[in-house]
Amino acid sequence: MRLEYFQLIDRIADLDLERRTIRAEARVPQASTIFEGHFPGFPLMPGVLLVEIMAQASGWLIIGLTGFSRMPFLAAIKDAKLRSFVTPGTSLTAAATLIHDGSGFARTQAEILNDGKVACNAEITFRVVAFPNPEFRAFMEKAAAAIAFPMEAIPHE
Amino acid sequence: MSSTFDTVANIIAETCDIPRETIKPESHATDDLGIDSLDFLDVAFAIDKAFGIKMPLEQWTQEVNEGKATTEQYFVLSNLCARIDELVAAKTA
Repeated sequence: MRLEYFQLIDRIADLDLERRTIRAEARVPQASTIFEGHFPGFPLMPGVLLVEIMAQASGWLIIGLTGFSRMPFLAAIKDAKLRSFVTPGTSLTAAATLIHDGSGFARTQAEILNDGKVACNAEITFRVVAFPNPEFRAFMEKAAAAIAFPMEAIPHE
Repeated sequence: MSSTFDTVANIIAETCDIPRETIKPESHATDDLGIDSLDFLDVAFAIDKAFGIKMPLEQWTQEVNEGKATTEQYFVLSNLCARIDELVAAKTA
């Protein structure tokens, strides 16, 4: 997890296009300036970043389902529940299921598991649009390679 | 038509917190009811689920942007319901 670059997913563990699910690993770093302020003497992974982990996992799922032809942008978060504290050094599993493939939008049900227990969950809506430019797509392809996104498993345009 | 409208109006009322009695067949979703594009995603989600369809919002938006259609053709509720009925009929045909 590279908090300073907002790259919160470390590895795609499983992408199942038929079942429209994804599972990803996200390891919270032991040290970060974020924990100096959140909170002094009681470091916690901020809830908004936990939501972002779920969004990024969901986003990779949508990218996979669209054959890397479209980019999901976070649009709405519904019923987000932060059920337990997440501390530095924790290894998390983010899981998401596509629950609706709309025209220009998609919705997922996502959760984060900490040691097998649900630490947080939410229903997340994305606007799904064409990549704004080739550079952006190239950046995402590079990011995909860095997290073992199974490019060979997805349909191509 | 009437049942489609009732379903759509109830979805809009619940999703967008708009009094049900103010939602009429002649209401324009944006101009009259003030539903913005983000709220309309929630409406579209609920309509897609309720009718088992996928409203082609991107196609409609493109047609409007290119001047091939007016927003009234798709977003006045009576017209929206007619489009929904067509999509349902096409699905079951």
